Amino acid sequence: MAEFFHMGGYALYVWGSFGVTLLLMVIEPMLLKSRRRAILKRIARMARLNVGEVS
Amino acid sequence: MSSRIVNWFKFSSPATFYPLAGRLIPWFTAAAVITLGVGLYMSFFVAPTDYKQGEGYRIIFVHVGTAWMSMFIYVVMAAWAGLGLVFNTRVSAMMASALAPTGAMFTFVALWTGALWGKPMWGTWWVWDARLTSELILLFLYLGFIALQSAIDDPRRADRAGAILAIVGVVNIPIIYYSVQWWNTLHQGASVTVSGQSSMETVMLWTMLIMTFGFWFYAIAVVLARVRCIILERERDTTWVRELEGEVQ
Amino acid sequence: MFETFLAIVKRDLILAMRRRSDVLTILFFFVIVVSLFPLGIGPEMNTLRLIAPGVVWVAALLASMLALERLFAIDYADGALEQMLLTPQPLSLLVLGKVTAHWLVTGVPLVLMAPVLGIQYDLSLDGLRVLVITLLLGTPALSLIGAIGAALTLGLRGGGVLVSLLVLPLTIPVLIFGAGAVEATVSGLGGEGHISMLAAILVMALFFAPLAAAAALRVSVE
Repeated sequence: MAEFFHMGGYALYVWGSFGVTLLLMVIEPMLLKSRRRAILKRIARMARLNVGEVS
Repeated sequence: MSSRIVNWFKFSSPATFYPLAGRLIPWFTAAAVITLGVGLYMSFFVAPTDYKQGEGYRIIFVHVGTAWMSMFIYVVMAAWAGLGLVFNTRVSAMMASALAPTGAMFTFVALWTGALWGKPMWGTWWVWDARLTSELILLFLYLGFIALQSAIDDPRRADRAGAILAIVGVVNIPIIYYSVQWWNTLHQGASVTVSGQSSMETVMLWTMLIMTFGFWFYAIAVVLARVRCIILERERDTTWVRELEGEVQ
Repeated sequence: MFETFLAIVKRDLILAMRRRSDVLTILFFFVIVVSLFPLGIGPEMNTLRLIAPGVVWVAALLASMLALERLFAIDYADGALEQMLLTPQPLSLLVLGKVTAHWLVTGVPLVLMAPVLGIQYDLSLDGLRVLVITLLLGTPALSLIGAIGAALTLGLRGGGVLVSLLVLPLTIPVLIFGAGAVEATVSGLGGEGHISMLAAILVMALFFAPLAAAAALRVSVE
């Protein structure tokens, strides 16, 4: 197991590559999720405001 | 024939494209998770150790895939932008803007993994190799596209200005690539390209292809999710978004 | 059609002559940037001779980026540009006229100043000759490519920096062949190949850039 993580002495390079790639591929969807939440919240608020005006 | 054309144009309206994209996202997400899982397993446990570069060569499985993606995405982005310019379809322009950040992300990853591969193999983090330099310029092109669109407040102008820039960029990319190559061969005595890539074993080639497909599925899922955000942001005052609101909450 | 082109060139030249300080600013920028490099690198003549083509070319590139902002901005501010969009003449022809005048005012002074700066770097006579030829072919291409960026960023906040961000990556081939030709001549390899590539780029830019810039102007002014 330790040998696997050691990567024949290339641990820093191999894990640095795969790690950063994976990290970015996790961060990007998370950013999108929060962007979606923000816009939905805004739409909901606008809808409530409009309802308030009508009644 | 004509009915098929009408069908395609039906999805060029944000109101019909939004739910379609929403239905597609889970499928592409699942496909991305499965292919990337298989690809990672093959990268580390199936592909044999390289006799020349040892375990370090395994970086190739992210590097090559992301580098391909970075170039494909720019071309796809320019194609969507061109469609938007010609047919004046809003969804096409939104797809172009949605592709740019993911493309820039893959370009960055390709540069990053290239540097991490170069350090043990060539002894430096960065060489002014033709391919690395072109990749860096590609990153600049992506950043220019994103910067231009974010500087323009009017979404219609942003779409069209971005489209013109993307098309000018795509026409320029081959010229840039060949001029960089010419420049590089003049300046570089010894070539530093990675040897043994052509005689690659089939296992390695398959692993690389599977990883690339995984990146594709990931990119499609993320871009569809982003295009849904863009649609909501731009269409927030329309009735269909307000009617949608009940189900999205 | 040619008359329209000439009329635009003449008009823009007259306007530029009324604002001579703008032209001088760009020229001084070019001179100062080139003169800064020895101060940063050191007065070693062998090193300077080696980097001279690149330094002069990069400085010319930056100076022409600096000049781009005023290509359409003044006409846009006073409404003349909108009138031009309404004329029956093809817009790309008007753009070509404006770019020509712009190059005569901002590009030609750089070309004329370049040999003086080259002497500072101890370039050989052959090197100086090729430097002038490449700048003569390269600076119009820079103005043409830059016109697309200037048209796209018309009236935007932070337009000056943005235009550099958009245009600089696209001008890399011009820089490579321009500086490369001088370098090849100095090192005795002969720069003819580079010069013909540069000429090819200029011809392509002459054909495509006015069309793209005209399309961009329509998008920006609408």
